Amino acid sequence: MFHIYCPYCEEYREEEEFHPKGQAHLSRPEDPDDCSDEAWGDYLFFRDNPRGIHHEMWVHAQGCRKFFNITRHTVTYEILETYKMGEQPTITAETNTARPAATASSADDRAATEVKGAQGVQA
Amino acid sequence: MSDIRQFQTHPEVEIATESPLAYSRQRSGAPAITVSSQVMLRERPFQGHLTLRGGAIVLDEALRHVLGLSLPSQPHGLNHDDSGERSVQWLAPDEWLLIVPGGEEFSLETRLRDALGDAHVSIVDVSGGQTVIDIEGEMAHAVLMKFTHYDVDPTVFPVGKGVTTGFAKTSAILRRSSASRWELVVRRSFADYLYRWLLDAGEEYGIGVER
Repeated sequence: MFHIYCPYCEEYREEEEFHPKGQAHLSRPEDPDDCSDEAWGDYLFFRDNPRGIHHEMWVHAQGCRKFFNITRHTVTYEILETYKMGEQPTITAETNTARPAATASSADDRAATEVKGAQGVQA
Repeated sequence: MSDIRQFQTHPEVEIATESPLAYSRQRSGAPAITVSSQVMLRERPFQGHLTLRGGAIVLDEALRHVLGLSLPSQPHGLNHDDSGERSVQWLAPDEWLLIVPGGEEFSLETRLRDALGDAHVSIVDVSGGQTVIDIEGEMAHAVLMKFTHYDVDPTVFPVGKGVTTGFAKTSAILRRSSASRWELVVRRSFADYLYRWLLDAGEEYGIGVER
């Protein structure tokens, strides 16, 4: 069981009280009538599935019923930070690889190599 | 003056009303309080419950003006007026629960709306949807521990705190209004379930129900 810090209740609560609600920081195309099908499809259906740092939206369903964001490590399940809606994460995939004390440094290395590999494919 | 229509939920003629626990008392019984009872239950039905939503500053001003009661500024705050009959509790950053003696809620809502003017707020009368159960006694917290994963140890749950949390597989508002008294605000549809759970959980402490 996790204890998750709700940034609105300002205290740690039991995991049972929360629900995950998918990837955070999705921005809706500003003019849906005038964007490409690909951009709209990406917005509607395609989500990141990273190995490593992921930003997710969660809701404190049994408490204050507010949505907030969590930065979570998908390999270790470690919750690195929680922050309110509208705020930006202080820990991202870029900053975390530079962070020395990560408990999942090997996983991070793996993630980093894969990113490099992906770029290689694109190039 | 607000142009929102209000609804007086109390009819002008006298009609019989039953508390959310009336059925439960009949069906599941109500054990009497004895000298060995370490936990006591008391329902306080028919109170006026209003949910206030909106900006903290405008609502606080209006509530001070109308009731002389200030909104709790901190999460999980619970403020009572001097008589202890009226209370306002923090539920979320933009949501508060106001509980007043039954029958006052309609005039209070009208006065609040007058004081609020055109402010962007919502006031909803939820009196019919929930009821308050008091739990008292030296072992009250021990009974509550069986219900919830929230830490209800009296040393870390101070008087004047109220939380919405998971409670016996449903959710309820749990608040501590004085050193000896815990209050549960439960949904009407879950009242029977929680009452029976309380009787079962409190059996070992000789739970009694005040009539």
